[in-house]
Amino acid sequence: MSMSELASTVHPIEPEARLVLELAELIVGALNLELPASQIDPDARLYGEGLGLDSIDILEIALVVSKQYGVQLRADDAENAQTFRSLRHLAEYIAAHRTK
Amino acid sequence: MPLFSHPVPEAVVAYRAGVAIPAAQFLADVERLAAALPPGGHVINVCADRYRFLVGFAASVRAGKVSLLPPTHTPEVVRHLAAFAPDVFCLTDAHDCDIDLPRMRYPDSAAGPESSSHPWRVPEIAADSVVAYVFTSGSTGAPVPHRKTWGRLVRCVLDGAERLGLERAHAVLATVPPQHMYGFESSVLLPLLSGGRLCAEHPFYPADICALLESIPRPRALVTTPIHLRALLASQTQIPRADLIVSATAPLTQELAREAEARFQAQLREIYGSTETGQLATRRTAGELDWRLWPHVRLALEDGRAWVRGGHLEQPTALCDEVEPTDAEHFRLQGRLADLVNIAGKRSSLAYLTHQINSIEGVLDAAFFFPGESTADDLGITRVAAAVVAPTLDAARILEELRLRIDPVFLPRPLLKLERLPRNSTGKLPREALQALLTGPHRRRA
Repeated sequence: MSMSELASTVHPIEPEARLVLELAELIVGALNLELPASQIDPDARLYGEGLGLDSIDILEIALVVSKQYGVQLRADDAENAQTFRSLRHLAEYIAAHRTK
Repeated sequence: MPLFSHPVPEAVVAYRAGVAIPAAQFLADVERLAAALPPGGHVINVCADRYRFLVGFAASVRAGKVSLLPPTHTPEVVRHLAAFAPDVFCLTDAHDCDIDLPRMRYPDSAAGPESSSHPWRVPEIAADSVVAYVFTSGSTGAPVPHRKTWGRLVRCVLDGAERLGLERAHAVLATVPPQHMYGFESSVLLPLLSGGRLCAEHPFYPADICALLESIPRPRALVTTPIHLRALLASQTQIPRADLIVSATAPLTQELAREAEARFQAQLREIYGSTETGQLATRRTAGELDWRLWPHVRLALEDGRAWVRGGHLEQPTALCDEVEPTDAEHFRLQGRLADLVNIAGKRSSLAYLTHQINSIEGVLDAAFFFPGESTADDLGITRVAAAVVAPTLDAARILEELRLRIDPVFLPRPLLKLERLPRNSTGKLPREALQALLTGPHRRRA
């Protein structure tokens, strides 16, 4: 049994939860954050209080997301107003729009 | 001096959501708002829509009111502004504006046809009218005001237009807010005074910037920063053709400037300036290392500091950067003065930030410092770090208190909680000792 089969049989991870963790790791890496990816609460606010990100961080995340998933974030997209509310919202948006 | 330079009522002043706004409509909007403004003599105009900001500014000028342009709108800064000008009010186009001042909502509906039937006459503004105070953060508590008269602002922008080679009026799209000096000059005053057209939107994501740029008629200019340029060039977005790219707030590398020129098929001009002096010099970065001063502005070294005078400058002013004159109208930028912090065009000083963190109740000792250049991220930004001694406070509480006092871009990354700061025997904090904390055994997660 390979490692990936072992992982999926022993600890089944929903695709969404996997994407949330993957995104958390990307963000921690891109922003040199001072905490492990697993400690980011998927429902915490990304902006302001919560994770304390600002607009420069959001621009960096947009860049990483476009490289990794081929998703171009847009502000004039009504859906997108919610995108950066939390890691989970961002993951849902990416899951729906990813091209890679 | 005329309030704007558009010669006929049909000339386009702005685009909003793809719709052209002619000068007659603009003038009607200005006159209507000028008549509706509250009695206070000072305005903080926080309209996010650039056209509304422009109308708010022009209406304030028309009504003899002075605009206050602070570096940030934290409660602490707003308190200082209210002390500076007790009759100040806030003009906003947001539903959820929480600035603690008397507020006026920007009237949503456009001026009706009865107001645009006024005879077409461009208002004249006295050159010596004080129209704005632009603030820098200063080195302790209070922000420092810099007075701007209409005549000096106009002269600076027109001298700059000559240096930028703007023979034809451009449509201007900007990724910077209209409230800071660079955005105020390049994205609001420049189109207003050079017969140009501004774009009301303030796009943020690369895909939005490109789509909007594509949508406005040529010749078109993009007013932006090194951060946005890096993000634009690194994104997978189709880059539209431009006629001019303007960048300011931090120096660009020649490599990035060349790539931007190739991808936008446009000349890229960097602008050098400051809140105190306004814009002063430009260079075509792809091929030039030295900056060329605005016509009539002169630069000289005195006592180790660079001073500028002449042209639009009201008085000789010392620069906050180390510069080296190379001939009568050129200089080379060497670096910033040691204490100065510049993150994404927002300026502060380590002394100011250190003063603010030490003003938090429960903080016994604290200092901000530069973590070192090697910590720059993908967009080329280096944040500031801080070390703090505050046994009764946790890091989240300290950050919450800082958020009330300083612009969020200056929030420390990381914030190190220590038992004592690494002061030497004379009580000083050597930069090396502070930087060693970032790799040393004292390291704790904030």
